[in-house]
Parts: sequence; structure tokens; C-alpha cells
Amino acid sequence: MTTPITTIFQLNGQTLKLTASPDTPLLWAIRDVAKLTGTKFGCGIGLCGACTVHLGRRAVRSCITPLSAVAGAQVTTIEGLSVNGQHPLQKAWVQTQAPQCGYCQSGQIMQAAALIRRFPNPTDDDIDSVMNGNLCRCMAYVRIRQAIKIAAAEVQGVASHA
Amino acid sequence: MLEMAPAAAGPTRRGFLITATSAGFSMAFVLAEPVLAAGSSQAADAAAPFEPTIWYDMDHDGVVTVNIIRAEMGQHVGTALARIVAEELEVDWASVRLRYVDTDPKWGTMVTGGSWSVWQSFAYLSQAGAAGRIALIEEGAKLLHVGIAGCAARNGAVSSGDKSIRYGEIVRRGQLARSYSADALKAMPIKAADDRRVIGMPVLAVDIPGKTTGAARYGLDAQVPGMAYARPKLPPTRNGCKVTAVDDSAALGIPGYLKSLVLDDPSGTVPGWVVVCADSFVAASRAADLVKVTWSSGPAAMVSEADIQAQGLKLITAVAGGSMVVDDAGVDAAFSAAKSTLERDYTTATVLHFQLEPLNALALQKDGRWEIHTGNQWQSLILPTLAKALGVTEAQVVMRTYLIGGGFGRRLNGDYAVPAALAAKALGRPVKLVWTRADDARFDSPRSPSVQRLRMAFGDGGQVTGMQHHASAGWPTQVMVPAFMPKGKNGEPYDPFAISGADHWYTVGAQRVRAVSNSLANSTFRPGWLRSVGPGWTNWALESFMDEAARAAGVDPLAFRLRLLGGNGKNGVEGAVRQAQVLQRAADKAGWGSTMPADTGLGLATTFGQERDMPTWCACVARVHVNRSSGVIKLEKLTVVVDAGTIVHPDGALAQVEGASLWGVSMALHEGTEFVNGQVRYTNLNTYTPLRMRDVPSLDIEFIASTLPPTGLGEPATTVVGPAIGNAIFAAVGARLRHLPMRPADVLAALKKA
Repeated sequence: MTTPITTIFQLNGQTLKLTASPDTPLLWAIRDVAKLTGTKFGCGIGLCGACTVHLGRRAVRSCITPLSAVAGAQVTTIEGLSVNGQHPLQKAWVQTQAPQCGYCQSGQIMQAAALIRRFPNPTDDDIDSVMNGNLCRCMAYVRIRQAIKIAAAEVQGVASHA
Repeated sequence: MLEMAPAAAGPTRRGFLITATSAGFSMAFVLAEPVLAAGSSQAADAAAPFEPTIWYDMDHDGVVTVNIIRAEMGQHVGTALARIVAEELEVDWASVRLRYVDTDPKWGTMVTGGSWSVWQSFAYLSQAGAAGRIALIEEGAKLLHVGIAGCAARNGAVSSGDKSIRYGEIVRRGQLARSYSADALKAMPIKAADDRRVIGMPVLAVDIPGKTTGAARYGLDAQVPGMAYARPKLPPTRNGCKVTAVDDSAALGIPGYLKSLVLDDPSGTVPGWVVVCADSFVAASRAADLVKVTWSSGPAAMVSEADIQAQGLKLITAVAGGSMVVDDAGVDAAFSAAKSTLERDYTTATVLHFQLEPLNALALQKDGRWEIHTGNQWQSLILPTLAKALGVTEAQVVMRTYLIGGGFGRRLNGDYAVPAALAAKALGRPVKLVWTRADDARFDSPRSPSVQRLRMAFGDGGQVTGMQHHASAGWPTQVMVPAFMPKGKNGEPYDPFAISGADHWYTVGAQRVRAVSNSLANSTFRPGWLRSVGPGWTNWALESFMDEAARAAGVDPLAFRLRLLGGNGKNGVEGAVRQAQVLQRAADKAGWGSTMPADTGLGLATTFGQERDMPTWCACVARVHVNRSSGVIKLEKLTVVVDAGTIVHPDGALAQVEGASLWGVSMALHEGTEFVNGQVRYTNLNTYTPLRMRDVPSLDIEFIASTLPPTGLGEPATTVVGPAIGNAIFAAVGARLRHLPMRPADVLAALKKA
């Protein structure tokens, strides 16, 4: 742990300024300083995906992302994905009743949001490749896959009518 | 307490109204009964809600809030239980709210496990709903100035001809005070299945929307002003450690580090524990890495998985010892007289719960009481331990309820609440104790490794004349709740959760089932209840063995099983015949008997769930392809058929069977660990590897339509998948696997023997 310094970044569009060691994981700044608890702690080594947030447009594991990597950047958490919880993925997650315990789902949804930006019409292989890093211990995988396809289709439909 | 509603719930002032003494439910291993209503009558308060039983109240707008005493951990149990009340109460579902309650003696036993919730609650919640409906009709009739006979309740209103009055108005204006005896409540008329409008109908689970927005609150999210954070410094063994020295000099340089506490635990739950406190979790975690603790450790520091399994094998090989769970007359005679016999041994490795939300608990003292904020599955089990640890009475401890980020049985054992409470007491301020993933794995109460030996005796014409099943494992119930152990036929107590499943519904002549506690397992770690518990290993052995027996007898494995499921003798007609039905249905759906491509096979397995008094009939056919050169098992498809009686929440039921089936896949092919010198070897996802998206097989799940009473379905599918896969591997390439998990190396080794 090194000497605390001040780090400033945008969190869901709000400026967050905090003084902490620059190697502090972003996850704990989000949870314990900004008090946004939708982003979860699962494994601490970047292998479960429960802590997934967006750094700019990329999905990253906030448990292994140091504060020093986010200075000046835009960070988006599940709370900032949409203004009213009605992102096409969030709606599809409800439609398919995907969550069981729900603990991994913030991370699943944030990872899926990055997926459908990169692959607007994802194949099963695309979904496997991108979502394989997100563990769902309840094993709601069938519904997560289905929800991603529904949401991608909705985004595509909106785009094609725009 | 956790409230869930699409809109703000109505007033929650406790009124009183109807008293009753108790509502029965019988459950073999749960001691206390819930009480239907508490307190004595008091004058009706103009603003009081209608609260005909403790299970729900109705406010002046007709909004019903159902009290949920079960833990919400993914099964959408609150939705299912509230639907049972709504069915009989004839209330509009949009007017129903859920209240996940904190601990209180009035709730009776608070436990969420064993797939019991709907099965245990169905009758008394139905009766409670019916009691409310009848009272509302009686008062509604008076307010409408009509006779009761012509009144009906529907969608939150009482109507008679063209007159109608909303429930809310009846609560405001009626005289709803009623007193029912327990017998009267039990006698409440419950709808015929054909009249149901809520149960069995599709509905969106109430807990789901908050789980898509980050709003859902789990134990890890609990916080209070001024709390310290803490991380445990775990001793080298679960039992028997003592701290001999603590050196925190290296941690003093961590900004925010407070101190390291050596816990003094009168309850004996966490011997040798040091808790490292700081003003943030990051600081506590980093300080814990730097604090040096010296322990005198227990003998388990020398124990590894092979030692535990060798002990188990020795125990089941010995003729004496253990508890005779089933011991029919004539077993030994049947084996002496047998034309042929078959004997096989099966083993399973240690399995972690690995629930994704690591263990955590926030403890604080407030208004003369201790509050424990954490997700928990068996509050009634840990409250007395917490009281003992803190040196207070049980009435001085309350557990606040949160969503659970994965239970799977880990949070039946509430041991993790104890060190948080002790740390808060020692520090004199609220403490939030959080386990890292590796800490969580090391402090898990894992599924014990097991060793089993099965024997079958065949008489003339290949008839099965006798069967024996000997099983040894660590016994969670012996370690944590010995009072819950029934006695076997020889008077010796046994852990039902470590042997159930072996007392199957096949008619096999003279039968013996013997359970032997593995004391080395019990002393090395704290064995846990893990999703489906005993059948996780007993059914692996039983259904693999049935396949081997069928082949030894030269009979198709489906036909062999169906022949034994005739419902004879103690295996009463209804039970075994329903099991035969799911088995046949699964086989038909999966194309049993059809020609398979090269190195591809179908395997089947069946189960009755956990307990004979709550049978859930389940069958599975697995289709696998085996790569003979690499040993890689490709699971292509699972066909699962379940008969759980009445299905209250169909989509929730389907989700449970999906999850249970894939848990079965994960434990069969993907996960598992072992003890090495008293600790589990794999503690995080770099080495412990549960099933992920890419390896999910095709799933075909079907429920048998039924109006029989509902039974539990969160677990049974877990236990059929492993043996179905093992049997399919044999069908594909002739390699017989007798150990879980099944790895490519095991396939290659078995292929050499084939």
C-alpha cells in the first residue's frame, strides 16, 4: 500500500474525488466510498466477473483495476447503465426471469452490455467467448444467453428504425 | 427486514386481531412449530390493519403484506409463498407485497433448506388465506346487507349479485376481530385444485427487478455509520487451534489499520481466530496479509483427503459399527443363498459451496440488543450459539434479514456470524467482517468426501433377492445439531442428511442400509449441508450401481429399474409407481434405445429426492460423447423429468431444476477439491472451476402435471445428473467410472480396464 493520493474520475456521470492509495481496487472505492453497492465482490482475482463495470466503453473487472488506472476516466456501474433500469438488457433479464440469487447479475449485465456493443447480433460462440468469464453460481446460464439475444434484437430493431 | 413491492407498501403497524395457538406442520427434523397468531386481543384500533394470522396483514387500501420467514437466495421463495396466501385470500396479486422478516420467536423455526419451504408452508399458508377470506366475506356481507350464502370473494372484493365492496373498505369499516382455534384453522376449507386461479399460473418473481439494477441488498451491502471493517486471519485447522503469538508490527504501516483481535469465544465456534480490523476493507485485508500469527494447531494439520477416505473405507469394510438405517430380516441369508452377487465401491471428493457472495456479517449493539446483519438460512440454529458467544440471552440477539448471494446450504451453518459478533464486542463498535474468496473456501463447511460399498444378491432367474448399501462420510448434523439425529434399527443415531437416498423405493428383497460417521472427517473440518446433501453421494453410488447390476443381470438398465419399481411392500404403490413414470417419460423423451453415433451414449438415473416422507420423483437421461484419445467428456444433452406434485410457481420451479441440473453437471465434471494437511487445496477460481457458460449442455426439462400436494424441487435434479453421465460414459465407450468428479484422466484409466 502506497501513500494516499487524490484521484478524480467520473462515476456514472458524477465527479468522484477521493483520497486513497492509488493501488486501491476500484471495486472498493465504488462500494465503500461512493456507496454504490450494485457492483459485487466475488473472487478478488478477476475471474468471476461479479465486479464488472465499464471503464470508458470497455468492460473491466473492478476488483483488479487500481484507482491509478481510472484517473480522469469515465466509469459506469450497473446503477448508471440506464436512468430507470430499463436498458434493453435489464428488461430482457426480467422478461426471461434470468436472476436467481442475483449476486452475479450486475456483472453479467455490464459484461453483456459491452458484448452487444461489440457484437450487435451475437452468435452463440460470441456469447460463449465473452460471457465465459462471468460465473453464475446458480447456473442461470440458459436464461442469460436467451436474455442477451432478446436485448440484442431489441437494440438492433431500434437501430434499424432510427 | 426487507420489504419488496412494486409500489410503497401500506402501513405496517401491528394490530392484533385473531388469536390461535398453533398450526401444525410435521417435519421429521424440525422441532419447533410456527404459531399462527400471537398475542391477546386488544381493542380494535381504527388505523390497525387486518391481521388474521401472523402470516400477513391487510391495510386500509386492501394491500396485503405477506411475512416471509424463509431466506431469499434465488429460489423466489417469497413469490411462491405469497402466491399460496393470495390463492385462498382471493386478493388481487398486484396488491400483494413481501416482507422478509427479521428473527422473532413468534415465527417458530426459521430455516430455509431441504427444499422444504413450499412443502412445509403450503397447508398453513393456505389455511391462513382462507381464514382471512372467510372473515372478509362475513363482514363484507354485513356491510352490503346481504346474506353470506350469496357472497363470493374475488380479486380483493366481496360481491353478492350486483353489489360489491373492496377489501380495503371492509378493513376500514368492518368488525374483523375473529378467534380461531388451531383445529379450526386446520379445518379451513381449501380450494379444490380445479378452482385455483393463482397457484400454477405464470407470474414474474417479485425479487427479480431489483437484481437487474443494483438495488437488491445483500448482506455484503449492509452498512452502518461508524462501523469498522475486518478480515479474519484463519487458523491452520478448523478445530483445535490456539493462538500463541500475534505480531502486527508490519501492519502498523497500513493507513487505517486499527488492531488485531484474538477472539475469546465461549461458544467454541471459531477456535484460534484472529480478526484484523481497519477503517476500510482494503486496509483490513492488506493488514491481515501482514499480521503474523503463531498457532498451536490441532491434529488435523496432518490429515489429507486420502487419510479421510482410507478411514471411511475401513469403517464400511468392518462388519460392526454405524447405524442400521434399514435392516430387513434375512439380508445375510439372502446373500448366503444367492446364485450370484455383485459388489462395487464408489467414492466422491470434497466439494465447496463456493456461493458467489463471500461470507460476511455486520454486528453491532443497539438499544440493549445485539443486531447481526447477514444473509442466513437457519437463524434458529445459530441464535443460541450467538447468545452463548456474547454472554447474553437469545432474546438479546436479533438477526436482520438480507438477500443471500447464493446459499446452497452454506448459510444453514451460521458460524460466520459468531466472529463478527465477538469482534464487535471486543472492539466496542460495529464491525463488518468480510471473508475474501480464499478465506471463504478455507472456512467452508464443504460436502464431505464419501466412500460407499453396495452389494446385490441375485437368486433364480436373475431375481434381485437382497441389497446392501454401506456409506461413510462426515456428518454435518452430528457436528452441528446432534439432537436432530434419529436412531437406526440398532439404536445408534445417524445423520439422515448423510444417508438419505440409500433408503430407496426399489423393491430389492431383504435390504440393509448402514451409515457410518467418519470421525476423521468430522474432526478435520466442519462437514456441511450442500445442495441435496446425502443423495449427492448416495444417489451417485446407487444409480451407478443399478446400472452395473442391470448389465450384470443382462437386462436393459431402464427395464431393470422399472421391474424393481412396482410399488410392492414398504414401497407403497403411489411412490414407486410415480418414480417409474418419470423414468419412463425421461427415457421416451430422450430416445432411449435408439442407435447412437460412435462413442456416444445415453445413461439414465433417477431419484426420489432427499427424504422418503417428502418424495420428489425425478429422472434424467444424459447424452455424452467421449473422446477416446483425450478422455474428454462432452455432455451434449440432459433430459430431466420431475414430479413434484402441485407446482406453485411454474417458472420458478423450472429455474430451480435448471440450476439443480447444472449443479449436477458441475459436480460431476467440473469442480471438486481435496483436503491437504487440514485445508482444502483449491480456494479460488484459478484452481476451483465450476461450470461456465461454454460447457452448458442442451436442457430438456418437463414437469409431470399433478394436483397432489407440492414437494420440494430445489435439489433433486442435482443428484441424478452425475450417475446419468457416468452411465452414459459406460454406454458410449464401456468405461466405468466410480469416483466423482469424473476427469478425462479417469476416463482414460477406465478405458484401459474396459
